[in-house]
Amino acid sequence: MSREVAIIGVGYSGFRALTPDVSYKELMYEAAVKAYDDAGVDPRRDIESFVTVAEDFTEGTSIFDEYVPDQLGAALKPVHTISGEGLHGFIAAYLQILTGAMDIVAVEGHSKASNILTPNDILAYAMDPIYNRPLRANPYFIAGLEMNRYLCETGTTREQCALVVAKNKHNALYNPTAAYGANIGVEDVLQSEMVSYPLSRMDMSLHADGAIVMVLASRERAEELSDSPIWITGVGWCNDSFSLETRDWSGAIYAAKAGEMAYRMAGIRSPWQELDLAEIDDTFSYKELQHMEALRLCRPGEAGPLTEDGATELGGELPVNPSGGSLGVGHLLDASGLARLLEVVLQLRGEAGQRQLPDVETGLAFGWRGLPTTSGAAVILNN
Amino acid sequence: MTSKIREFPGVGLREPDFAEKKVLFTEWKPNARYAWDAGVAIGRYLAELKEGHIIGVRCRRCRRTVVPPRIFCEWCFHPMDEWVYLEDHGVVNTFSICHVRWDMERVAEPLIPAVIEIAGASKGMGILHLLGEVDPKDVKIGMKVKAVWKPAAERIGAITDIQYFKPVK
Amino acid sequence: MSLRKVAVVGAGMTKFVRRAQETGKELAYEAAKMALDSCELKLDDVDGVALGTAPDAFDGVHMKGEYLSDGAGAWRKPFMRSYVGGGTGVFTPIQGWYHVASGLFDVCLVVCEEKMSSCQPHPQGAFLTIFDHTTERPLGPNLLWIFALEMNRYMHMHGLQKKDIALVSVKNKRNAADHPCALLGDPNITVEDVLNSEVLAWPVQRLDVSPVTDGAVALVLAAENVAKRITDKPVWIKGVGWALDTAYWTNRDLYYPKYVEYAARMAYEMAGIREPRKEIHIVEPYDPFDYKELHHLEGLLLADKGEAPRLTAEGVTARTGDMPVCPSGGLLGVGNPIAAAGLMKVAEIFWQLRGEAGKRQVPGKPVTGLAQAWGDLMQVGTVIILGIGG
Repeated sequence: MSREVAIIGVGYSGFRALTPDVSYKELMYEAAVKAYDDAGVDPRRDIESFVTVAEDFTEGTSIFDEYVPDQLGAALKPVHTISGEGLHGFIAAYLQILTGAMDIVAVEGHSKASNILTPNDILAYAMDPIYNRPLRANPYFIAGLEMNRYLCETGTTREQCALVVAKNKHNALYNPTAAYGANIGVEDVLQSEMVSYPLSRMDMSLHADGAIVMVLASRERAEELSDSPIWITGVGWCNDSFSLETRDWSGAIYAAKAGEMAYRMAGIRSPWQELDLAEIDDTFSYKELQHMEALRLCRPGEAGPLTEDGATELGGELPVNPSGGSLGVGHLLDASGLARLLEVVLQLRGEAGQRQLPDVETGLAFGWRGLPTTSGAAVILNN
Repeated sequence: MTSKIREFPGVGLREPDFAEKKVLFTEWKPNARYAWDAGVAIGRYLAELKEGHIIGVRCRRCRRTVVPPRIFCEWCFHPMDEWVYLEDHGVVNTFSICHVRWDMERVAEPLIPAVIEIAGASKGMGILHLLGEVDPKDVKIGMKVKAVWKPAAERIGAITDIQYFKPVK
Repeated sequence: MSLRKVAVVGAGMTKFVRRAQETGKELAYEAAKMALDSCELKLDDVDGVALGTAPDAFDGVHMKGEYLSDGAGAWRKPFMRSYVGGGTGVFTPIQGWYHVASGLFDVCLVVCEEKMSSCQPHPQGAFLTIFDHTTERPLGPNLLWIFALEMNRYMHMHGLQKKDIALVSVKNKRNAADHPCALLGDPNITVEDVLNSEVLAWPVQRLDVSPVTDGAVALVLAAENVAKRITDKPVWIKGVGWALDTAYWTNRDLYYPKYVEYAARMAYEMAGIREPRKEIHIVEPYDPFDYKELHHLEGLLLADKGEAPRLTAEGVTARTGDMPVCPSGGLLGVGNPIAAAGLMKVAEIFWQLRGEAGKRQVPGKPVTGLAQAWGDLMQVGTVIILGIGG
């Protein structure tokens, strides 16, 4: 019988296009203080392990974990970095509590994307140095290839993708933490300049800065410390082929397998019926649709029409990205998955303000690591 | 298991393999540039360095004054209580005499990096800097040293506004 | 609450070489394949993969965990990369441990890889950026500085001489002569050789330092019931511990690695070890520089502060001594492909406890061994305790 683990505290700072007044340490400190207060814990005394999510070239510092313990209250405590999606870090924290060796673990992720002056060069640096980089193409071509194949195979249209942008940016208007809320229409997206056909500029989410900290606890501690613990009922994560030459270009297999693992754990058979909301990576507009299908919320080709019908709106049958997703909130680099999870937590607690969905019990968060990876992680929560 | 394996994988190459073009390779120069927000604590630290001061912060609960400044005390996790101007002299906690650059090329004049405990801060609170105007043979742990600042007009708000620390009698 | 038992059931490694022909992916593959073959498992038997690899700047790939993932066997599997600088090599098996001990996985593949040689003109360049970007980098620090600063402080506080420390380099490089994968094994090296070697950043001299290396190591971890089916000599993970000290290293006294002590205590407690000096039979502490072995033995509470050099001089830490330390030859002798180096130490304990270490085998029947890694800004300690039988 698996141990039960809940989220007992969340804290965040941001999210904005620029955060020039604070260093990353100060951004993290703010999120941590709020999370620990929310959880009712003193990190120096109560938190037994800390997981941080970071990549050296995103920070501009090698061995970035050196710089995290102080602002998380983790000095001289067990701390490690997961170089992965924010949800990978979250799952690592969850696994530690499942072992029984720990009861309270914190996870942190942040973005200071505004401090990166050469983001596309760094993205190119993630590509295979022998087979792909020498082509010297802007890395967004990978998204262009995938979007093209996805549209072709599923019959999804650019208009349907544009509707995702419109929906999410509109949702973001009701989210006080979102950086890019706006009222825009399909035409605005279709007319924005091409970056890598068929991916246009407005199909892409913009970066934002921010930090998110969450505190997880075993059942015994969760019940002591929290009035509204949010239970983790399923997790899944998977990597598909990294190689561009051998990957599936339309299927998002990493999402399918991550979802499969999470649903199995949570005992979910019909996700569309059994989930009340889903916060799914929408780094690019088509990704929300592709991920919906890979996560079996609907069949291939159905996500576009469902979006057209309004089924994924705030008032729809299964709201997708009520927070506004990355398109509306801002893309927080590897912390994006934690931002998706944050929304699920807030919704399940009834703390989502103007965008609160009624009668929600079960939510799914799914994060993708972005280009050029095929790496994703899913978490299912219940209140 | 190592006792049973005869041949381990892994082919070691040598410089001549590259010079003689026996091995093909590709090269890439990353273009990774950043502009880090200094933030509240370090922003003030740098501004004070420009003015020719070293500033620290104090945590009343832990009763310690530390440098470089930070907005939180990493020991008790509370926000720091107050800014404290420190002296610009201190004591050498540890040092080295470095004869090579990062790429292992030898340098003519060795650099003397040191951790210098700054007077006015709590014991053991040091910063990394260089020693200068001293013969490497004479450097000792415990030696008293004082900052040599750049002229005011040349200071820009950086740790290099202090050129180095030199011994004081 | 009793924890699910996890064992190491297989291991593999590549040679540690200065500059490998193999790509990082290929190095990871070779080690992973050997580890699976060593316990007759196939990739299909693996439920998840934990990868450890240190600065991306070495291999020259951002998010290099993703690039290495397929080489590490993670195609269409749950995959995560952990990273704690030099501590990674012993942390990744801890990561593998929590994968299996969580109950979600029965078999986990743990792979550590490093291809430092890709970084030109010298891999040390990757370490330029470990220093604080505002308060330290403008001073032009290089990696040797922090080792030299720490070594000097350690020597000063205990009144040590270089010759007391050079003994470690001699011991380890000689031990490494018996390691088939070693880069710098030397059966004839002497203390004089070390003391006469070029001074790089006093007190650090060239032969005090481990070399830049490429290599990969892999382990297979399995849950108790599965482990017993796979092998009749499972090596159990008895204890794990890790601790990361404050980033403000200039506010710490470097003569003693408190974070290693914290990590060790965490591991000893989990393993139920009350007298480590009696109960630990083999030790593989992280030895990127010779003084570090001594520094870490003290942090691991296996020697009193300042006493580790005496233990070395008295032969206590020789392979045939009462407490063999670095029978593998350590980083000083086998090589230092950062993350893979730490895992090499864990693999060594695994092989030693099973009596499979060939010419490096320590006498007697060692039952419990400890491997420790270290890294960051003189900052992180990662400890794993393995035991055979029971």
